[in-house]
Amino acid sequence: MPLSVNPPLFIPFIVAGDPTPDVTIDLALALEEAGADILELGVPYSDPLADGPTIQRAAARALDGGMTLPKAIQLIGEMRKKGVNIPIILFTYYNPVLQLGEESFFALAQENGADGVLIPDLPFEESSPLRELGERFGLPLISLVAPTSKQRIERIASAAQGFLYCVSSLGVTGVRETLPETLGDFLREVKQHSRVPVAVGFGISTPGQVAMLKEVCDGVVVGSALVQKVEQLALRLQKPDEREAAVAEFAAYTRSLAAPLREPCSSR
Amino acid sequence: MERVPNEYGRFGDFGGKFVPETLMLPLEEIEAELDKALADESFKQEYIRILQHYSGRPTPLTFAPNLTRQVGGAKIYLKREDLNHTGAHKINNAIGQALLAKRMGKKKLIAETGAGQHGVAAATVAAHFGMDCIVFMGEEDIKRQELNVFRMKLLGAEVVPVSSGNRTLKDATNEAIRYWVAHCDDHFYMIGSVVGPHPYPKMVREFQRVIGDEAKKQFLAREGKLPNVIVACVGGGSNAIGMFYPFLQDDVRLVGVEAAGKGIDTPHHAATITKGTKGVIHGAMTYLLQDEYGQILEPYSISAGLDYPGVGPEHAYLASIGRVRYESATDDEAVAAFQLLAQTEGIIPAIESAHAVAKAVELAREMPPDETVLICLSGRGDKDVQTMMRHLGAREGEDIATVG
Repeated sequence: MPLSVNPPLFIPFIVAGDPTPDVTIDLALALEEAGADILELGVPYSDPLADGPTIQRAAARALDGGMTLPKAIQLIGEMRKKGVNIPIILFTYYNPVLQLGEESFFALAQENGADGVLIPDLPFEESSPLRELGERFGLPLISLVAPTSKQRIERIASAAQGFLYCVSSLGVTGVRETLPETLGDFLREVKQHSRVPVAVGFGISTPGQVAMLKEVCDGVVVGSALVQKVEQLALRLQKPDEREAAVAEFAAYTRSLAAPLREPCSSR
Repeated sequence: MERVPNEYGRFGDFGGKFVPETLMLPLEEIEAELDKALADESFKQEYIRILQHYSGRPTPLTFAPNLTRQVGGAKIYLKREDLNHTGAHKINNAIGQALLAKRMGKKKLIAETGAGQHGVAAATVAAHFGMDCIVFMGEEDIKRQELNVFRMKLLGAEVVPVSSGNRTLKDATNEAIRYWVAHCDDHFYMIGSVVGPHPYPKMVREFQRVIGDEAKKQFLAREGKLPNVIVACVGGGSNAIGMFYPFLQDDVRLVGVEAAGKGIDTPHHAATITKGTKGVIHGAMTYLLQDEYGQILEPYSISAGLDYPGVGPEHAYLASIGRVRYESATDDEAVAAFQLLAQTEGIIPAIESAHAVAKAVELAREMPPDETVLICLSGRGDKDVQTMMRHLGAREGEDIATVG
């Protein structure tokens, strides 16, 4: 079934296996309960070209714990068994997919209840074979547009499936204090060309930013801010007697970020 | 042989552009400008003029009589890239890319470096053209190559230590790309080898082919025929592709030499084509060292310039069609060749180049005296003297000639 979602979308990102696979499942449950509409599950990678230091560190922690692409996909299966119901998008770099085998990758993802795939280093020009394969397995390949996409926006948007991921500004993932002034215009332009919801990510870390962005797009992706929270809570999340409280703290933080999306919009 | 790369930047199955969307436009802009520049006679003339009057090209072709005698086989020639300004072939590419950056109105350069030779070349051309330069370098390489770090700083560049991964070239390259993603509007990323997304492998080849073009003319003038074998070291592979490219259509055996480190049957090597598998690294499809799950492995070599887990996609292609043979030399073999060339010819090679010397000597020994071997001596070894001292167990002040 194609990924079908209704705005406004709150899309949190966490890294599979950070700090442990068990904790990742608990965090996914907490995110759903805190109002996540879609979960982006990051597959840790040794050389993440699109990520900043926060997610790099999380990936290193997860890799040290033995996380792999097949295990990350199987973790989705575990999440489903434990009651995570929201759509889950696998966020992985291309090389691990190549090594697993593209067809095996989609088959395993489908079998474990994934709902889509996002590959940040597979630009539009290189993505057709994978997009077609994804369609066969009912798993859309989420497209990205960036502020530099310019003439490419129309082409990319016309092929977009599920939702269209807008990169907020130049740069890698990571908390940013300010977003570019031109972001609103960029998002409005993307929305003109898109038939699917337009979500914005990279650098979004405060309820204020979420409130501002919901006026101009259909959803927000919050990654590094949540991953940073996981990093802060990592020790407590791994202690049996402290885990519940730490997960609750994570959920409360998530709710505070998602809250502005649930309030009535002034100009929608 | 088909003409490569094609319009998608592919060399057969290899190459392409596997980068975050943000970089697609900057890459398209570079591609368009590069094609215009390569077709522009005035650009080519300025490039050649700077190579001649600033870098000191053409570099000599040197016959190595003592080495030849000692080896006792084919005649050994050296293409002397070590005599370039800044001490290696890297300057050819740095001048070319800086000219292109200037044409595009970019005044800020980003570079990554392993042994420091590309960093020094980038810092040098930045000073020459009045540009800013930021160089990413792994902390481990900074330790191994402190002299080159100091040179870069003297030249006015900012050297940024990279602490991720193994703290070597792979990690410096990641960081340089990440920095470029954030600053692509006003920075030009000057890649130091024939690696990275299209059009870099093609661009760097075009700026390095001057090595092979010159060598071909010089060799014909000297010997009246082409060399039987050409040998060059391969990390990313820019000196090798620069040397090989003009000979690809000729009846010449081409041999690339990778770093076997402590041995290709150990985990401590950088023999990417010999031991690697197909995958994507730093924006291109090529052979790379990786585990079964596609995580990139840390390479190892005594040479900071060769310990890169990937290789230029054109080399991957040339290996796949069998046009170039890729072999490897260990740390110990390179060290022995380093000493051999120094002591027979009075030429101290870069430890990268010493890998090529090691293999060339081995090949020459098996060849008749009327045949010839040409080595691309990609750089000089001043930067590696300390590494050699450490490797040979010499203490400060001890007479190095008595060691080893």
